[in-house]
Amino acid sequence: MARVLGLSEAVAELVHDGDSVALEGFTHLIPFAAGHELLRQGRRELELIRMTPDLLYDQMIGMGAARRLVFSYGGNPGVGSLHRFRDAIENDWPHAIELEEHSHAGMANRYAAGASDLPFAVLRGYSGTDLVAHTTVRFIECPFTGERLAAVAALRPDVAIVHAQEADAEGNVSLWGIPGVQKEAVLAGKRSLVTVERIVERLEPRPGAVVIPGWAIDVVAAAPGGSQPSYSQGVTERDNDFYRLWDEISRDRGRFTAWMEEHVLAGVGAR
Amino acid sequence: MDEIQTVVAARTLAHARTVFIGVGRPSTAAILARMVHNPSLVLIYESGTIGAKPFHIPLSIGDGELAETADAVVSVPEMFNYWIGPGRVDVAFLGAAQVDRFANLNSTVIGDYDHPRTRLPGAGGAPEIASSCGEVIVVAPHNRRTLVERLDFVTTVGHGDGPGARERLGLRGRGPTAVITDMGVLEPHPDSLELVLAALHEGVSVEQAREATGWELAVAEDVHVTEPPSERELGALRELLAR
Repeated sequence: MARVLGLSEAVAELVHDGDSVALEGFTHLIPFAAGHELLRQGRRELELIRMTPDLLYDQMIGMGAARRLVFSYGGNPGVGSLHRFRDAIENDWPHAIELEEHSHAGMANRYAAGASDLPFAVLRGYSGTDLVAHTTVRFIECPFTGERLAAVAALRPDVAIVHAQEADAEGNVSLWGIPGVQKEAVLAGKRSLVTVERIVERLEPRPGAVVIPGWAIDVVAAAPGGSQPSYSQGVTERDNDFYRLWDEISRDRGRFTAWMEEHVLAGVGAR
Repeated sequence: MDEIQTVVAARTLAHARTVFIGVGRPSTAAILARMVHNPSLVLIYESGTIGAKPFHIPLSIGDGELAETADAVVSVPEMFNYWIGPGRVDVAFLGAAQVDRFANLNSTVIGDYDHPRTRLPGAGGAPEIASSCGEVIVVAPHNRRTLVERLDFVTTVGHGDGPGARERLGLRGRGPTAVITDMGVLEPHPDSLELVLAALHEGVSVEQAREATGWELAVAEDVHVTEPPSERELGALRELLAR
């Protein structure tokens, strides 16, 4: 069964400089609190893995925590660019980062292969695109039909971190709403941390909920409001105004750094 | 998007059963189609929400209202492997920073990949959506920066280098059937698959459209003026935008 720890203790134990770390959550349930704790603890040289880097990785890249980024869509959904992500790639600020980019289908299948402990996944994809020359994908022949299919390597992050609505005292986790690739990420990770809105006596059965048994998770930590400015269905709302405001805050290096110092590095539990 | 562009895009969904709306792309047209033309149209967002019935235009493809109103909410691997890949979705709406004459799309970089002038968000779901959905409608602004002679990066294959390309690459959907711009509608020529000017919105001339296109844009023999937005279409669109 998962151990229940405080957030800073959990992050200190599970994440080390140089690790590959996947903080997942597809628009919904993005583990901002855990990511911010990583920054406060000064983790460096990370390989950051995430389908949609979103504001969280924009912040982590801008603070210089990333050595490498593995992703499939680096935008501010519905708003525009991720300015820190762009500045790192276009101008090497605060330093250069290495990229490995895929399509969503490729990334989702890489997680599924990792969760299955298979070396790779197959899909129909990448064919004819320039991604082929710039990422790790191979083409194989189906042994049954001869069809040419794309093969993508399994993702096995050192640490997978996701956020959910609830856990019980045994560390069994329940999440509902858009499930993204959270279950796959947890099962693919060599170590795993699930932050939750609340720890309850007993998980209530909910239609459509994804339940991850506590014995498949290393550590659970309470982080109420820990997915803001994204959201936890039924608990918090997506702060769309903040997603728009981020476009202004993040445009300028100085304003970005000042904001991070004030709201993340100095604060505990601040956005 | 211009009103006329949204209205024309919505009309393409009048007879579709299902439409896929990719990341960061306007879902206004799809919601409008449900309001005006096709109340049973199934909206599918790549966040995993199938049959979403949003009252408001969502900011992100993962807004809470989409999950709350959906018929089913599935994981991302399921979305791509069980729903998109097998071609269960009739129409996909995609946008792009660059579109070429064969409706191939770039949403990755402007300039060189390793030292881009502008780093764009990247592929998202687009490559597999465009290869597998029944057909693709591209929605893009009409200017020389967008409609280019040559893409800086092929993120998503439309009709490749012309006839036979999709078959050679194993892409199973029909590919792009229209590019809807703020000036008119481009459609692949039935033989060459090159985009030609099929329709113009009211008040736009052939010359203006050709001038705003980065390649020598051919004009269809039966080029026509798009039906102006009806009062019903405009009323519904404005009401939707004001919600």
